Amino acid sequence: MDIIIVGCGKVGQTLAVQLNNDGNNITVIDLNASKVNEVISRHDIMGVVGNGATQHIQREAGVDKADLLIAVTGSDELNLLCCLIAKKAGNCHTIARVRNPQYSSEARFLKDELGLAMIINPEYESAQHIARILRFPSAIKIDTFAKGRVELIKFRLPEGSPLVDMAVKDVVTKLKCDVLICTIERDGEAYIANGDFVFREKDVISVVASPRKANDFFNKIKYKMRSVRDVMVVGGGEITHYLADILLRSDIAVKVIEKDLKTCEDMCTTLPDVTVINGDAVDQEILLEEGLSNTDGFVALTNLDEENILLSLFAKNKSKGKLITKINRIDFDEVVNQLDLDTIIYPKHITAESIVRYVRAMKNTIGSNVETLYSVIKDKVEAAEFIIKEQSPIVGIPLSELSFKKNVLVAAILRDRKVIIPRGHDEFMPGDAVVIVSEIMALHDITDVLKKG
Amino acid sequence: MNFRMIKYFLGWILVFETMFLLIPLVTAVIYGEHCFFAILLSMAVCLAAGGLLIWKKPKNTELYSREGFVIVSMSWIVLSLFGCLPFVFSEAIPSFTDALFETVSGFTTTGASILAEVEHLPKAMLIWRSFTHWVGGMGVLVFIMAFIPLSGGQNIHIMKAESPGPSVSKLVPRVKTTALILYSIYFVLTLIEFVLLLFGDMSVFDALNTALATAGTGGFGIKNDSIAGYSPYIQIVVTVFMIMFGINFSSYYFILTGRIKEAFNKEIRVYFGIIFFAIAIITFNLRDFYDTFGDTLRNVSFTVASIISTTGYSTVDFDLWPQLSKTIIVLLMLTGSCAGSTSGGIKITRIIILFKGLAKELEVMIHPKQLKKITMDSKPIEHEVVRSVNSYLVCYVLLFMASAAVISIDGHDLITNFTAVSAAINNVGPGLEAVGPSRNFGFFSTPSKLVLIFDMLAGRLELFPMLLLFSKATWKK
Repeated sequence: MDIIIVGCGKVGQTLAVQLNNDGNNITVIDLNASKVNEVISRHDIMGVVGNGATQHIQREAGVDKADLLIAVTGSDELNLLCCLIAKKAGNCHTIARVRNPQYSSEARFLKDELGLAMIINPEYESAQHIARILRFPSAIKIDTFAKGRVELIKFRLPEGSPLVDMAVKDVVTKLKCDVLICTIERDGEAYIANGDFVFREKDVISVVASPRKANDFFNKIKYKMRSVRDVMVVGGGEITHYLADILLRSDIAVKVIEKDLKTCEDMCTTLPDVTVINGDAVDQEILLEEGLSNTDGFVALTNLDEENILLSLFAKNKSKGKLITKINRIDFDEVVNQLDLDTIIYPKHITAESIVRYVRAMKNTIGSNVETLYSVIKDKVEAAEFIIKEQSPIVGIPLSELSFKKNVLVAAILRDRKVIIPRGHDEFMPGDAVVIVSEIMALHDITDVLKKG
Repeated sequence: MNFRMIKYFLGWILVFETMFLLIPLVTAVIYGEHCFFAILLSMAVCLAAGGLLIWKKPKNTELYSREGFVIVSMSWIVLSLFGCLPFVFSEAIPSFTDALFETVSGFTTTGASILAEVEHLPKAMLIWRSFTHWVGGMGVLVFIMAFIPLSGGQNIHIMKAESPGPSVSKLVPRVKTTALILYSIYFVLTLIEFVLLLFGDMSVFDALNTALATAGTGGFGIKNDSIAGYSPYIQIVVTVFMIMFGINFSSYYFILTGRIKEAFNKEIRVYFGIIFFAIAIITFNLRDFYDTFGDTLRNVSFTVASIISTTGYSTVDFDLWPQLSKTIIVLLMLTGSCAGSTSGGIKITRIIILFKGLAKELEVMIHPKQLKKITMDSKPIEHEVVRSVNSYLVCYVLLFMASAAVISIDGHDLITNFTAVSAAINNVGPGLEAVGPSRNFGFFSTPSKLVLIFDMLAGRLELFPMLLLFSKATWKK
């Protein structure tokens, strides 16, 4: 597909790289020439310098032949204008990033009236993501397949768990529990699980299971299940607004600490059920006074990455609750990951991932048939969901007889609303939704995971 | 520095050269020439060396700009070293230096020859000379990139280093597709010329050679008198195509995609302007030189087209022309044609940028606090581009002077030395006096030939890649 990306910030770049690796033809537009030059000298994409909201620049970027335009500049209005113009100039699909809540509350109207294919609100996406994690706090990350019936859960193996020193192949027999171990991360290396792999303490493991089986599994490995009843949020920005709203609806008490009085007052009116504390969270006394040590969840959402990291490190000492840290800059994610901060949220990654997921789904109509796609371990392992078609050559053959490429896992089969954790004797049937975990990036079809010939 | 990747690229260069050599091989079979075995031997050597280098694809395929430069310059050196083997093995040109000179002159589309007598060469050798022009014109690495997927996005560094012009931009997002589009346009234009030449009753072999050498703006003739012996119709066809191959290839792409306004940009307009004025002045200067006005106009147009496109074909000996005309011809050698074409020289874009830069500097002298940006086609030219054009010119002048100084050791006259270096560095071919259109470069000593070989390569690759080979920073870990 020919895709134009307006805005060469972090999200724009991440999108450009991922979509380019998927085999799309990418053209980026940005006002800043040095940014454009930097991207085009690193990746096989084209760049145009200029205002992406002008018809003339869009034409130069080839809008008349493009299939999709994604506007991810810093300004909502500019993004919407880009999409409007692209719609008229080239009649392509358009995706706009719109973060102002006043616009996003009218997202549906905007989408319909302006003919947008998708409006993405990074703050709202992040809030949803955080809420999902708070509902299942044991995990570092949860992705869902098949409309929530299959979950891919990533967690850190606690000390003293029965799983330590156990081999992967023994998990099912010893624990009598129907889950599938997908990947193991140890010392910065990622492994796709094979039967002989032996777990160690502090491994980061991802498993695939249905939500109910997952609970069972976590009980058996003595992983403490903490159900979150109250959450402390630091910072009163957009994400906090969305998050508080979502959490309150599922009866989780929310306490927000924000230093700006005006913001606090606004929040009191828009979300009357939230306990709003006006104070600086850097003041440890306030945090302790407000019950940091007893809280079930602590979410650091200020605008300063450093402050969020420090707050979480402090909270880690004082509280046993679930910690979530928001980090805006994605450049140092490797270093940050080493800090053992529990869950870290990168709104930019989340935005880019949702768009990539959308684009892949859009591509369905032209060849590829990936339904949903998540990156399990950044740039190394991906989980993709496929629907098996009638005429597919792999239907009706036991899995043990199919020759898969190295490091490919068939993680789950969903048939008639039932989740099957596949074993060697299982077969694919037409209509199955299948989750594949593999090191092969940019899968287009389920046959891509088979050895050629 | 990713040496494995450089080796891998060089391996592919040799594999492709083996394939290129199929063309003279087939020619030798058709005409039953006994240089067949020499070509076969050269192919075997290329394939063996190339196969050895590409045996293992390196794991780390990262390429940065420095690898890009080294790959480009090394590729051209390797290409030339192995490309001269058929001449040496077949003893068509027994001396290695001479054979190398001829091959480099071919690949760099210079067209300067060391041979006094070309008609005695086997046909297979003639077509090899013409084919080196063709593939050298658009670029060997661009050719390779169009056909095999070598690595990810970093290919742009190679394309930038090999394509002529101060700022290279892609036509479409992917390097591979861009390369393919460029070569398709190139191929079709060559084909059209070939067919048009056939209409002029040229033999298939002659037409093929002429078309290939015009396309690359090379200028190796297959006749001792270059194009002079052919009919006026053929001369006119060649004139038109020499001018056409001096045009930026992206303009053709813009025309094909209906972006007419972008196609006729400032550079093209200036290019045609220069051609028009050069023809007008020289024709006026030569008004009593030839029998009819028609002859004068045809010969002048041919020569101007040949020199500005840096092809180097000739229908007349312009060395006999009056001083004004000769001076204009020498100036045209320096300008060359458009960026992104197959021609050599400084390139019109650079000249425009230099003049605009100069005008801006003058204005700033009068209004010291004035802020001004240079624009072209109502787009601002980045400061980096202006800077690189300036340093290009400095480099160009320095290399020019140094080369002229070194070859003057041979003791020839100033005009010969000056125009020989100009002909080499601008990839034109013929110069004036002892290296005039009816003469050749055979009389230079071996060191001088090596200097000229370096100049030809440096000129084709736009100076920097070759000069960077001698920079310490390039090789530092």
